[in-house]
Amino acid sequence: MSTPQETISAPQSVGGFLKDNLRDFGMLISLVVIVIFFQIATDGVLLRPLNVTNIVLQNSYIVIMALGMLMVIVTGHIDLSVGSVAGFIGGFAGLLMVQWGINFAVVIVISLAVGGLIGATQGYFVAYFKIPSFIVTLAGMLVFRGLMIAILGSQAIGPFPPIFQKLSSGYVVELISSTGGLYITSFLLGLVLAVILIVQNFASRKRRVSHGVETEPFGFFVAKNLLILAGVGYIAFLISSHRGMPNVLIIMAVLIAAYSFLTTRTVIGRQIYAVGGNARAAELSGIKTTRLVFLTFVNMGVLAALGGLVVAARLNSATPKAGTGFELDVIAACFIGGASAYGGVGKVTGAVIGAFLMGVMNNGMSILGIGIDYQQVIKGLVLLGAVCVDVYNQRR
Amino acid sequence: MLDPVQLAEKPPILEMRAISKSFGAVKALSDVSFAVQEGEIHALVGENGAGKSTLMKVLSGVYPHGSYEGSIFFGGEERHFRDINDSEKLGIIIIHQELALIPLMSIAENIFLTNPPASRGVIDRSERHKRTQALLAKVGLTEQPDTLITNIGVGKQQLVEIAKALSKDVRLLILDEPTASLNETDSAALLELLKEFRRNGITSIMISHKLNEISEVADRITVLRDGRTVGTLDCHAGPVDEDEIVRRMVDRDLESRYPKREPKIGDVIFEVENWSAYHPMHSDRQVVKNVSLKVRSGEVVGISGLMGAGRTEFAMSLFGRSWGRHVTGTAKLHGKELDLSDVHKAIKAGLAYVTEDRKQLGLVLSEDIRKNVSLAHLGGVSSRGVIDDIAEMKVAQEFRGRMRIRSHNVYQETGKLSGGNQQKVVLSKWLFTGPDVLILDEPTRGIDVGAKYEIYTIINELADAGKAVIVISSEMPELIGICDRIVVMHEGAFVGEVAGEEATQENIMRAIMRRKGRE
Repeated sequence: MSTPQETISAPQSVGGFLKDNLRDFGMLISLVVIVIFFQIATDGVLLRPLNVTNIVLQNSYIVIMALGMLMVIVTGHIDLSVGSVAGFIGGFAGLLMVQWGINFAVVIVISLAVGGLIGATQGYFVAYFKIPSFIVTLAGMLVFRGLMIAILGSQAIGPFPPIFQKLSSGYVVELISSTGGLYITSFLLGLVLAVILIVQNFASRKRRVSHGVETEPFGFFVAKNLLILAGVGYIAFLISSHRGMPNVLIIMAVLIAAYSFLTTRTVIGRQIYAVGGNARAAELSGIKTTRLVFLTFVNMGVLAALGGLVVAARLNSATPKAGTGFELDVIAACFIGGASAYGGVGKVTGAVIGAFLMGVMNNGMSILGIGIDYQQVIKGLVLLGAVCVDVYNQRR
Repeated sequence: MLDPVQLAEKPPILEMRAISKSFGAVKALSDVSFAVQEGEIHALVGENGAGKSTLMKVLSGVYPHGSYEGSIFFGGEERHFRDINDSEKLGIIIIHQELALIPLMSIAENIFLTNPPASRGVIDRSERHKRTQALLAKVGLTEQPDTLITNIGVGKQQLVEIAKALSKDVRLLILDEPTASLNETDSAALLELLKEFRRNGITSIMISHKLNEISEVADRITVLRDGRTVGTLDCHAGPVDEDEIVRRMVDRDLESRYPKREPKIGDVIFEVENWSAYHPMHSDRQVVKNVSLKVRSGEVVGISGLMGAGRTEFAMSLFGRSWGRHVTGTAKLHGKELDLSDVHKAIKAGLAYVTEDRKQLGLVLSEDIRKNVSLAHLGGVSSRGVIDDIAEMKVAQEFRGRMRIRSHNVYQETGKLSGGNQQKVVLSKWLFTGPDVLILDEPTRGIDVGAKYEIYTIINELADAGKAVIVISSEMPELIGICDRIVVMHEGAFVGEVAGEEATQENIMRAIMRRKGRE
């Protein structure tokens, strides 16, 4: 019998470790490079507090939906209907709140449930009827786009109750009176978040070291955590210098943490990856593959609904155009973030980074005054390039 | 054994001289010489893995010139085939056991798939129709040329394959187990067709396990064993003794290849009664027919049989109905009836099934060793749905050591391991579920001799630990080497049983052949 000490190599050199984990850091490095590029190109406009807040708000619903899409893609499927579903739910919620005057909290609950129901319907056809998800969700895309126009009658519904708008455009309540333009509570929240991340990292490293399974070099570990502290702290500082922490950022952070945990640490997460990696092998290992695929679509439906609510709250109206093309941004975020179109591969952090990479590019190019035409061209090329690099790295 | 007179008459149409071919460290063919006379039916026999298919792949150019040693002479000239097109141009046509027809295309489209009659790139349909009709008449088919392949039976599909070969000016027709999936009438028709071809001067090589058919049509028989030519028998020199062929096919020293073990056999722990299953697509085809089996603790039971006998289908239908429909029968463990209605329940009930196809059905190749080992028993490394990654890693490391899996560490992708090591990962996965009954389907397929020995050792350890072990294998020496008892399966039913100490390849083969002869 071999002992752990024999089989697991001791902490590697920084270079060797970086090389082995290039794929994980590559995305983050690309994001940083792009941020620096636009920061210089826009003469510092990109990282102005107002603009950073804007980037967060503009991309929040993409990130939220990308979390669900990642799991769908990991199981080897796709969901083209998310944009239509988000738009439909926005319209549906608007109808309930504005025309029927139903309380916003009740509406949110109903909307999420309807989203889940839509996901369940599509998931049923995909998982149990074995109809390709591309076709089912293409149908869903048409159906819900049509239903939305039908219920809205090609008009916008609005405005929403102020409290509902807070979902998207509200900010964390400041408990301490602000001084010098800095929203202290928000800043502290950001710092607390950074500290939690670092404490967690230390705890997990300690546990791994005590079992002799840590491969990350200590110097690298310290540098990484300093960067986390500096990065999160800086972003928190920027955001707190504008109007404080947006509510939607809190929702996003909680969801990212939850889905990271779900995908990396739980049995169900592991099973989802196994289904995508080799569905037959997973099935013969006792995993209920059809049910898992079904559940990922239900989950996607709920998150698409949440995305739709966030968009509606942000625009303060439900329009027939809302949600158009979201599915492309969401899917692109996942693939740029390293998910495999063949299933089985992809990370929550990757999808989030992918979403922000697209978001920063959109924002930066708009500031530079690049027309929407060439923005599309550039985004398309970035998507293709990112996936090419990924495929190339895997082949090596 | 060779008849010197006949050899002197005229040079053979095909001569393969001193062919050797290796896959990594495994030598599939060593110094094989093989000659076929023009206009004869030459049978090539040998047990699974003897090298018959490899030899034919060398001949047809699937393994190109340069990837093997030795030389091929065809029609009096040395040939260097780069691919299958090169050999087809000379009229060497191979018909594989798994038919290569496209189900949703018509007979005519399939026959003229690569070389349709056409002018300036536009297919001449009426010409194709006419030619197809002529070809179908030659093989005795009355189907219309525009009938879809999916609408005709396997026997007729085989004839379409032959018609396709005839469309290419065939000089040497190679048939790999042509009657394996045919019924008696279709088989007889096919053999008649071969005889007619012989009268028309077409040379055939026929690979077959069915000795009665071989002795009916073959002019000469070449026996391969362990990648070597054992000899060539001339059927016209005197009556062919089937026992003689069988003995030549299987004779071998088994001692050193199988680890020794003193069986400690206890009471019956696992019982299957009247197990039946039907084909998932063709619901009228019963593939497993009222099979009953008892396995004692500490016992290794082998299931022998030809390809398509229903062994895998039996095992998979047992394992949570992962194959087939209308699965019926009872299974008991320690006298208690088991609920095997899905895989999850089968695993919980104490069954484990090590698949014959580790890449497609056994492993998630994109994941590492650790994640594959825990996959079937994630409950063992988690609490309340959350995985304890340290515990999981330790489990993987324990198995890596115990199974001697050769890898950098447990974080290595299983897709990058060798076949033998992959198989050990699959075994680890199933041992981690703590099964009472372990079904191993072709556990040593495609792995080298050293790794095979290690797998046998593991099987012995499991039996000694009191588990009931069932081994399905097409390699008879393997079954004889490791099993305490061997049941013979044929056409979905158990047709014979041989105790381990009495088992010889002759009497297993005879049980199968006799059954075949009777059909």
